[in-house]
Amino acid sequence: MNRLAPENVEQVVIRFAGDSGDGMQLLGNQFTKTAALAGNDIATLPDFPAEIRAPAGTREGVSGFQLQFAGHDIFTPGDATDVLVAMNPAALVTNLLTLKRNGLIVVNTDKFRKGDLVKARLDANPLEDGTIDQFRVVQAPIGNLTKTAVQVHGLNTKEAERCKNFFALGMMYWLYSRDMDVTENWIEGKFKSPYKEANLTALHAGHAYAETVELFQNQYEVPVAEFPAGNYRNITGNASLAIGLAVAANKAELTLFYGSYPITPASDILHSLAPFKNYGVVTYQAEDEIAAICSAIGASFGGALGVTGTSGPGLALKGEALGLATIVELPLIVVNVQRGGPSTGLPTKTEQSDLLMTMYGRNGESPCIVLAPCKPSDCFDVAIEAVRLTTKYMVPVIILSDGYIANGAEPWPIPDIASLPDLRPEFRTDPEGFLPYMRDDETLARPWAVPGTPGLEHRVGGLEKQDGTGNVSYDPKNHQYMCEIRAEKVMRAQKDIPASEVYGDDDGLLVLAWGSTYGAAHAAVEKSRAEGAKVGHLHLRYLNPLPADLGEILARYDKVLCPEMNLGQLSKMIRAEFLIDVIGLNKVQGQPFLTREIAEGIREHSEAR
Amino acid sequence: MTNNPQVQLKKKDFMTDQLVRWCPGCGDYAILSQVQTVMAELGKPKEQYVVIAGIGCSSRFPYYTDTYGFHTIHGRAPAFVSGLKATRPDLSVWMVTGDGDGLSIGGNHLIHIWRRNIDVNIMLFNNRVYGLTKGQYSPTSQQGMRTKSSPMGSIDAPFNPILLALGAGSAWVARSVDVFTKHLRSVLHAADANRGASFVEIYQNCVIFNDKPFGDITDKQHRGEKVLYLENGEPLVWGKDGNRHGLKLNGFELEVVDANTDEEIAACVVHDTGNLILAQLLAQLDGSGAFPLPVGVFYNKPRPTYDSQFNAQVAESRKKLGQGDIEKLMNAGDTWTV
Repeated sequence: MNRLAPENVEQVVIRFAGDSGDGMQLLGNQFTKTAALAGNDIATLPDFPAEIRAPAGTREGVSGFQLQFAGHDIFTPGDATDVLVAMNPAALVTNLLTLKRNGLIVVNTDKFRKGDLVKARLDANPLEDGTIDQFRVVQAPIGNLTKTAVQVHGLNTKEAERCKNFFALGMMYWLYSRDMDVTENWIEGKFKSPYKEANLTALHAGHAYAETVELFQNQYEVPVAEFPAGNYRNITGNASLAIGLAVAANKAELTLFYGSYPITPASDILHSLAPFKNYGVVTYQAEDEIAAICSAIGASFGGALGVTGTSGPGLALKGEALGLATIVELPLIVVNVQRGGPSTGLPTKTEQSDLLMTMYGRNGESPCIVLAPCKPSDCFDVAIEAVRLTTKYMVPVIILSDGYIANGAEPWPIPDIASLPDLRPEFRTDPEGFLPYMRDDETLARPWAVPGTPGLEHRVGGLEKQDGTGNVSYDPKNHQYMCEIRAEKVMRAQKDIPASEVYGDDDGLLVLAWGSTYGAAHAAVEKSRAEGAKVGHLHLRYLNPLPADLGEILARYDKVLCPEMNLGQLSKMIRAEFLIDVIGLNKVQGQPFLTREIAEGIREHSEAR
Repeated sequence: MTNNPQVQLKKKDFMTDQLVRWCPGCGDYAILSQVQTVMAELGKPKEQYVVIAGIGCSSRFPYYTDTYGFHTIHGRAPAFVSGLKATRPDLSVWMVTGDGDGLSIGGNHLIHIWRRNIDVNIMLFNNRVYGLTKGQYSPTSQQGMRTKSSPMGSIDAPFNPILLALGAGSAWVARSVDVFTKHLRSVLHAADANRGASFVEIYQNCVIFNDKPFGDITDKQHRGEKVLYLENGEPLVWGKDGNRHGLKLNGFELEVVDANTDEEIAACVVHDTGNLILAQLLAQLDGSGAFPLPVGVFYNKPRPTYDSQFNAQVAESRKKLGQGDIEKLMNAGDTWTV
């Protein structure tokens, strides 16, 4: 057999698609891990339905996992796919739109009987009716091949067929010249006999099949990307946030109390933190969203670091308690992993539509500090920053992540623990001159005086407090003063945050974005500049307070373009704050921006350099 | 962390400088006074006490107790208690709630604190009416009660707090009355001695919106005739000499019998605080007809507290895995070096 040497390609976008029960997320995660460990840059987009097992074979039940891996820096999971691995007709037809014109389809042909087509609401067989003529197609009876390969291990037909995702993975490993040891080791550790042997057999059989049957025109290789020196691991946003919180609590020498009620897509933070008991982290699965935040405030009152995590519907329920944390001036971190709304909305899809609720969605004047991570690994840094700010200013901090960041993965340069700040807060112990609402000159924070400290007995609560004494006060002037003080505390943090860094041009068009749009916005600005557009990119991590230099930066540009996964919430804030026009670029489809979509916006509104 | 004989505190040490702003004649004054007395008698250092309340008349309690205190939000006090006790099991936490706060808006949290058995003394002031919002019917108001929000009479069936607590798995359930000063004090002592969620329903009078919600039973002159003081191991008898009655089991029901002679008394049921069925039967008695109104400890069946188990898991994890090295945590899983 005469094979050509593998062809070099700079980047590849693969999308695995199948039924919810087909193990597509597992397959995607394994391929991602292998690519990351092989030294590629990676970005992923898991895309799955809210139903755990929607009816098999239906369009509604399709679960997808897209990843881009490359020999250079990448910022997104890719606009269009090079390869689609489709396990059934529904997975095939629902993912053709994003497949490149000459893209490659690897399709499991077992699932194209009449009944399968009906489930996918297809009148004709897409393998035969011309639907996929414009693509390169590799047809393989993946299910049957798997069953034959693993029959020696004595599994029943259903169990044997379930190994087919590993067969498909083996095929893809061959296509991209990958070692399989990462997945082999994982299978060894994860499964018991005979499933362990069966999955290994399926993996190897897929690899061998791809090699010997010569279905593919070629084999490919994606070179190693250049990363700065250091230790790396592959990490999702939720995992990075969990580790960030644990590390920050450790640096603060505080017990981390995470009170949460399970909700998609935030539950993985709870799952990640629950086994960290020996690291000074405790988790509490509360009876509801309100109890979750209240338990966290109770823990903070006792001197622990109270954190709660949720998604949009949960944040709506936590509003009253957030106001309490604001008025009692205790540390509290609320993580909101945003998803499509309103109401239950699109639980497994991403969106940035909770910004205004986070900023203003509480009764009374109740300002909080609001931070937004821009990519999975950034969640670690934002968690550290949240702990620093909430303990220093005694103000609740809300972290606005989203489904795209939470479930997406990328390589994380693991920081040196010594480089992280000392986060130890000061607890008041001296009764001399103590008042519960006395204030630090610089931060305006009140002292953190916890039960058990002799001589500091005091009462806090949701009724307005007299400054200093903390006694209940209905005095009109005191109320205005306290409202202003609580707002001023948040503004004091403005002096404590880094200067803004603008990428690209200093004038012309500014792309002003926040949160998970970072990758697409950055890539679009980079691309547009390469094509000659005069455009800069500023990405906001601090949404409240906004950076002190923001007004001055905005004034340098002729136009400001604001891409957001909502109908214009940051735009509204910027217009109100700076009295300038902002051009909104808004997408609320439950899907992250494509680079192309932002690049089109830039093209429309920018001028040549 | 129970009795510390070193600490000699008086009731006045637990009084704050804040003006107590309950209506004149409100039952809350009597309860506050007994709680302050009991806190002093328990001999714990003042800084170990935390009073946590929700919203309502009763929930102003923390402002009037010179300990650590937290006046939280409506109905949610149990959730604050849970987070605090999980991380600070050393503290003596006293939770104050009412029939509206605890059984209406906060019902979900109350059932869960009972089920989890968090170590706290829970006092539910039951006056069968909304006081702070000026007199609407509450979840313990009797059917037919006419209020501003029920001009034709309330059609809601009321909760029975004791039955609810028993049903939710509370391990320690008692009742007392605001004006039964000595009895209330002894019940509070017993509640504090129990490790777990000790639940005390306190019948409380609202002079403004629901005066004498329990009728005449709790009045001084009627008490002796209608109130059954529950004592573990003692026969269930009440009344004055010569006119004593007792409770006897008739199938699955309690019946009232005379209990004036030794023989008659011997035929009565002996109170067993470890018997859930008996507690549930007694909880249904409300003083109507020939039946008495029971007060005291209905049920006491200790089981491990949530906070102790929560921290035992932490200790076990440390024992098994050692004190976690945060650097290792960051570098866990598959890593690679560039």
